[in-house]
Amino acid sequence: MQFGIFSVGDITTDPTTGVTPTEGERLQAMVTIAKKAEEVGLDVYAAGEHHNPPFVNSSPTTLLAYIAAQTERIVLSTATTLITTNDPVKIAEDFALLQHLAGGRVDLTLGRGNTGPVYPWFGKDIRQGINLAIENYALLHRLWREDVVDWKGHFRTPLQGFTATPRPLDGVAPFVWHGSIRSPEIAEQAAYYGDGFFANHIFWPASHTKQMVELYRTRFEHHGHGRADQAIVGLGGQVFLAKNSQDAKRTFRPYFDNAPVYGHGPSMEDFTSQTPLTVGSPQEVIDRTLGFRDYVGDYQRQLFLMDHAGLPLKTVLEQLDILGGEVVPVLRREFAANRPADVPDAPTHASLVEARASQSAGTPTAHDALVASSAR
Amino acid sequence: MSTKKIVALSAGLSQPSSTRLLADRLVEATTRDLVGRGSFVEVEVVELRDLAHEVTDAMLTGFAPPALAAALEKVTTADGVIAVTPVFSSSYSGLFKSFVDVLDHKALTGTPVLVAATGGTARHSLALEYAVRPLFAYLQAVVVPTSVFAASEDWGEGDGTSTTLPERVTRAAGEFADLVDRHQGGADDAFAAVVPFDEQLRRLAVGGDDPQA
Repeated sequence: MQFGIFSVGDITTDPTTGVTPTEGERLQAMVTIAKKAEEVGLDVYAAGEHHNPPFVNSSPTTLLAYIAAQTERIVLSTATTLITTNDPVKIAEDFALLQHLAGGRVDLTLGRGNTGPVYPWFGKDIRQGINLAIENYALLHRLWREDVVDWKGHFRTPLQGFTATPRPLDGVAPFVWHGSIRSPEIAEQAAYYGDGFFANHIFWPASHTKQMVELYRTRFEHHGHGRADQAIVGLGGQVFLAKNSQDAKRTFRPYFDNAPVYGHGPSMEDFTSQTPLTVGSPQEVIDRTLGFRDYVGDYQRQLFLMDHAGLPLKTVLEQLDILGGEVVPVLRREFAANRPADVPDAPTHASLVEARASQSAGTPTAHDALVASSAR
Repeated sequence: MSTKKIVALSAGLSQPSSTRLLADRLVEATTRDLVGRGSFVEVEVVELRDLAHEVTDAMLTGFAPPALAAALEKVTTADGVIAVTPVFSSSYSGLFKSFVDVLDHKALTGTPVLVAATGGTARHSLALEYAVRPLFAYLQAVVVPTSVFAASEDWGEGDGTSTTLPERVTRAAGEFADLVDRHQGGADDAFAAVVPFDEQLRRLAVGGDDPQA
């Protein structure tokens, strides 16, 4: 099972000090946080994509390439890449290039984006959100798998004889997760392709996440990719840690109360009971996180939101020390216990290359057929 | 014999409130009418005041906390809704509208709704017709032709020139009961109704230049 963090990339004033980082400081902080995530033993760092203030990360592959150059092991991902407003051709090329630079340590999570004006800013219509996600991904999927693509759709100019460059590293497309908060259509899309499904999880009650994941698992099996319990599920989560519960609550409360997303709304206690947010000791976070398995089954990826709401860099780095040092090692051990051997791990570049090799050993490719016929 | 589920929404802010009083009169008259037609009646009165914090939380977080979620579910699965608001600043109260705002826009499609309001003077009574009725028309509810407004004097001898409050309550409840009696329930389940992906792709492909076609 993979553990990691995901960052929205917001610039928020620290409500306890009034300090607001500059765009440059925030971007450098994201890099420092990603490197720290690797240092403390996490598996995944994922960055969001936004095209409006107060967010800074409009170009995830630029950020991730810079991080890739300064890390060795951590998988770089997105949370999320906008499949609706980005040109799928550019997504295909950007991420294939990143794959080469990062030695395959790349996957991505696709999302629709819920900021209304971003659609018209990129020449799109939000009412076509689902259709854009479906059609654009259908093209992206082909661009990574077919060397020469002819294409005609509704949302971009047609392609004749187009080759997306560079080709994916080792001829293997980056693994794709489809992220959704509330759309059953996206769970169905992920299931259709046998891709991963990432449930945001942090803004909705567990009962909702359970329904979405169940739908995805059922449809994954329906579409013939394996048993429902073998589908590839990722979850978001949100924690704030301290040695003891009271310190965690006292330190995090002003950030919670003023957070851009839920601040000035429910109390931290209500929000904690209604969503997966956990503010407490390492043991409390461990217990709560292990409980996710009760309603989504054995899953493959757990990402935590850690750097947001104006938390200073120093605090985030301390959070990562506790997460990597005291929480994740226990979670790894406990999640591994009783996990059926035939429930797969999250695909990586290496596992996808291997899967393709064993597949082509069984079924001859066009190239093999050509070699065979010329040998005759 | 069928059981009809009636939910009454009362947006009164004081305790006790004349808005709740009016809701109770409408519930009582409706129940009497439906029982007379041979139905069992289940009534649930939802005091929006008790949900005010959760309604605000839902507006800020995008999801309903438990008590609000339960109330929204009741409204969504009701055979008929009695909606009663005080008139504030010439319209429904902010709390009343906020509750409607966090309700799914399909929750009341086809549901009979009896609208009623209270106010200090009968000069506010048309708020029901220019504000409350269009709101539920937008939600594609079936709004009962007679709406009921109760001004202060209606709790006494009335204004002496029009029908009395009990007469208006009885007439509105009768029209409402007619609609409830004929109502066939059944809310949509987004998860049960998911469109298979091949169908999604096919729709896009056959839609010509416009995928909405």
